[in-house]
Amino acid sequence: MSDAVFIPRFRRASDDSPLMRLVLIAVALGGLALLVVMPLVVVIGQALAQGWGAAIASLASHDAWSAIRLTLLITAIAVPLNAAFGIAAAWFITKFDFRGKAFLITLIDLPFSVSPVVAGLCIVLLFGANSTLGGILIAHGHPVVFAVPGIVLATVFVTFPFVARELIPVMIEQGRAEEEAALTLGASGWRVFASVTLPNIRWALLYGTLLCTARAMGEFGTVAVVSGKIRGQTATMPITIEMLYNEYLSVAAFSMAGLLTCLALITLTLKTGLELRHADALAATRRH
Amino acid sequence: MHIQIDQIAKTFGTTSALHPVSLSIPQGALVALLGPSGSGKTTLLRIIGGLEYPTAGRVLFDGQDATNMSVQDRRAGFVFQSYALFRHMTVFDNIAYGLRARPRASRPAPAQIAQQVTRLLDLIQLPDIGSRFPTQLSGGQRQRVALARALAIQPRMLLLDEPFGALDAKVRKELRQGLRDIHDETGLTSIFVTHDQDEAMELADMVVVMSMGRIEQIGTPAQIRQTPATSFVRDFTAA
Repeated sequence: MSDAVFIPRFRRASDDSPLMRLVLIAVALGGLALLVVMPLVVVIGQALAQGWGAAIASLASHDAWSAIRLTLLITAIAVPLNAAFGIAAAWFITKFDFRGKAFLITLIDLPFSVSPVVAGLCIVLLFGANSTLGGILIAHGHPVVFAVPGIVLATVFVTFPFVARELIPVMIEQGRAEEEAALTLGASGWRVFASVTLPNIRWALLYGTLLCTARAMGEFGTVAVVSGKIRGQTATMPITIEMLYNEYLSVAAFSMAGLLTCLALITLTLKTGLELRHADALAATRRH
Repeated sequence: MHIQIDQIAKTFGTTSALHPVSLSIPQGALVALLGPSGSGKTTLLRIIGGLEYPTAGRVLFDGQDATNMSVQDRRAGFVFQSYALFRHMTVFDNIAYGLRARPRASRPAPAQIAQQVTRLLDLIQLPDIGSRFPTQLSGGQRQRVALARALAIQPRMLLLDEPFGALDAKVRKELRQGLRDIHDETGLTSIFVTHDQDEAMELADMVVVMSMGRIEQIGTPAQIRQTPATSFVRDFTAA
């Protein structure tokens, strides 16, 4: 080892001093701990305050089980609907030129800017027992407000932007050339969509769908207004959590909150797992 | 195929990209649409290929009116400016795309498709790249794959939009000859768009000089060099 070479450490102009680096890392980790890890620990800790038995028993009750089923049902209806709407909207906006495009994009963002309570009230006004439309629907045995259709409507409205907003920038960046190439090669419109457009947007679509799923399961404000909070019938998981908490049933409330968190974590894990498994394909679909 | 452009005009909103232009391209010719950006040459190419529809006028293929023929039915082998290879597919799948997109009745069997693709990879002198993805190719290789993909559908004509635009000077020279060879071998009526007058003069049998949505002159490279019809043509080809 006589001729070991001494390599001097170079500092780039963009490097920060070691102290600065330490401070930045500490702030980032501290923020993460305070805002993400701590709430998780508190939720799980409170749920298990009286042991696993009590937590599981609270989730096995009739009302809790009904809330879980309802939330899963609503999610299963709202997410595919919004995936389809989102693809259609993004396709329309990015592949065609027309007047009022900017207005349409603003409209897609509307659910983000309108207060959930206002959105809920609009649905009640439109479909409630006192409205013409609601009256007709109730007379035919299809109530919307204080029933499952209203909750689906509310959830679809609130989670509408997630898929479309993920897709629009990706589709703008990719342009139309690949689709045009497929057309000149004789492919029909549907074939172009299935074999060129969809594979190119699949990661953005997956990401948007997962965000949409997490939000659909957790939506509270709009659903609280339209559902009527009927226990065992129209109370979703977030609403059940609120009701249980207000009744000082903290083990039951936090058990359900823990379960809701777990569902969200599962969707996140799924996404990470898929990304790891398809890293090659993911790299290939990036820009040339 | 004999391609005839009869008084084609195109307006986008209030701006007119093409004033009525007419042009007759004989069977088997290699034609350059030459002009600066904004001269309407790409628009004209896209109208011939069926990617854009004209505001007025007719397109005739072998004397038949093809103005409203769909892009799929035209069977125009189109090479795009940035090649537009399908980035999620291998080179093999890219070239096979057009064959697999055919209706079931006329779709070749997988073995025949494989044979066709191998033949085309040989034609572009890249026999071993079938399993690669477009991101793993150089610019020149991508251009040749795009050409092979367009040829796979046994096109009736070859349309190329700035086929050498994204390449460095050395590769450009090589591929010029490559395109000439493929044209001579297949005998396809071919039209390419370029803003590079050297490229147009060296490669084409017939050069169409365009400016501001109008055709300034049509002629052989020698005619255009020796007797420029307008001052624009003289200035542009002298540059």
